Amino acid sequence: MIDVRLKLAWPGFDLDVDLHVPGRGVTALYGDSGSGKTTCLRCIAGLERAKEGFVQINDEVWQDSANGIFVPPHTRALGYVFQEASLFPHLSVLANLEFGLKRIARSQRRVDMTHASELLGIGHLLERHPQHLSGGERQRVGIARALLTSPKLLLMDEPLAALDSRRKSEILPYLQRLHDELDIPVLYVSHAQDEVARLADHLVLLSDGKALASGPIGETLARLDLPLAMGDDAGVIIEGQVSAYDAAYQLLSLQLPATEMSIRVTHAPLAVGKALRCKVHARDISLALTNDAASSILNRLPVTVVSEQAADNIAHVLIRLDAGGTPLLARITRFSRDQLGVYPGQRLWAQIKAVAVLA
Amino acid sequence: MSLTSADFAAIWLTLKLASLTTAILLVIGTPIALWLSRTSSWLRGPVGAIVALPLVLPPTVIGFYLLLALGPHGFLGQFTQWLGLGTLTFSFTGLVIGSVIYSLPFVVQPLQNAFSAIGTRPLEVAATLRANPWDTFFSVILPLARPGFITAAILGFAHTVGEFGVVLMIGGNIPDKTRVVSVQIYDHVEALEYAQAHWLSGAMLVFSFLVLLALYSSRKTRAGWS
Repeated sequence: MIDVRLKLAWPGFDLDVDLHVPGRGVTALYGDSGSGKTTCLRCIAGLERAKEGFVQINDEVWQDSANGIFVPPHTRALGYVFQEASLFPHLSVLANLEFGLKRIARSQRRVDMTHASELLGIGHLLERHPQHLSGGERQRVGIARALLTSPKLLLMDEPLAALDSRRKSEILPYLQRLHDELDIPVLYVSHAQDEVARLADHLVLLSDGKALASGPIGETLARLDLPLAMGDDAGVIIEGQVSAYDAAYQLLSLQLPATEMSIRVTHAPLAVGKALRCKVHARDISLALTNDAASSILNRLPVTVVSEQAADNIAHVLIRLDAGGTPLLARITRFSRDQLGVYPGQRLWAQIKAVAVLA
Repeated sequence: MSLTSADFAAIWLTLKLASLTTAILLVIGTPIALWLSRTSSWLRGPVGAIVALPLVLPPTVIGFYLLLALGPHGFLGQFTQWLGLGTLTFSFTGLVIGSVIYSLPFVVQPLQNAFSAIGTRPLEVAATLRANPWDTFFSVILPLARPGFITAAILGFAHTVGEFGVVLMIGGNIPDKTRVVSVQIYDHVEALEYAQAHWLSGAMLVFSFLVLLALYSSRKTRAGWS
């Protein structure tokens, strides 16, 4: 587990959070700018010192202000990726990578140079100087440099925010590989929902220096009581498992967790059993009283209405649905709701117009 | 007619004084500049002002106070006598002390600017890569501030070579001990030896120009922090 309790008061900004998040996988600290995400991260790294603070990463205590413990940042086994790659300009890429590596005892090294440079695809850049790299390359070097310290916790402060969308999509697959191949817990600060949806397993929602919610990404994104459910981007994450592939139509069947239900998406062939993460936007789900097969809509699931909530715009309502344990969100018009007579417990058919495959 | 052996002795003494002063200033100026560039203490203003004082004070004022302090009744003079060193006025050591104070801002200010330009980010990066503060100083701050160190050393050296007032006040005019080039030129002029004065003055002029030429030509735009 990662336990973090921080309290600090700056002029015009108060941070007061109490986080318990899993000690493995990727946890996103998500929120608007000024919500305190970066300050949290800097306090965990010890770059900032919260007056009242307790930071424990699995079995290591890094700060316990009640007992006067504050481990200086350079003795915390962490990796930090800054928003700008912040490579040392006086050192080559290789020397940048070795900077942290050579300060780690040989016996504690779990990531070696070959592995890190292969993982981030930077093997061909080692002789270069940071000035001669693109923004995306610099950030990949920055991530590799942090990994080479074999950290027990990787802190990433909006590593993609300074990049344009092309560079972003260039780096995202590398981050996904990191997630899949290394067993290092990651705290990932971001204000971009698409990044969070792709990478995170656990989501902490921060607002005005407070944690509004914390939980597994699927559940948390589907909560109606959070601002996440508002906006055009609202939707749920489905972590499905490939159950079949229809080569003739190039459709992949994804089984929803713990159900016999599946959804079909257009995709290149994948081995049966492989996990795939998808996003279904609330705006892409419509509801029907019957299973109307005479439709071009591919995916129809039997669902139960859980609850209803006013949307950010008066013409719409948000409906939370349950599909055999998998939460879904639908954004429909108030008019349609009245036509269908929607009530909690009602059995309906959800028609899913589009599924975005994330990974 | 060219330089006499007395002139050469004055040149040698000047170079010795300037080199020693520069070396001392780099050692004591670095921590002062580092502190000034990082601290948020209220002392930052007063200390910065004290360091900058020699920029505006007439050298005679600095020389006068040093003369009093280092003299037999001054607090530094009492201390050196207690140590059995006698008084330092009219000695080479006294001259070094005076020069260090006189040239202090010329070394501290370029260093302070260099340290401020580096910012805090590289230091934070170094810390997250397991470098302790000393390690960070030698492996990050020092190399990144190198242009600042070069500027500081050149300015400190050149400014010490050019000093006159302080030397005259606390060093006097003792051959091989305190008679530096600027004083030697003054002597030549007093004695109406204009040809000698010409030779030495010309040498100083050329030297100073070359030093500044080297400084301003080498000031390339520094590689940006990436």
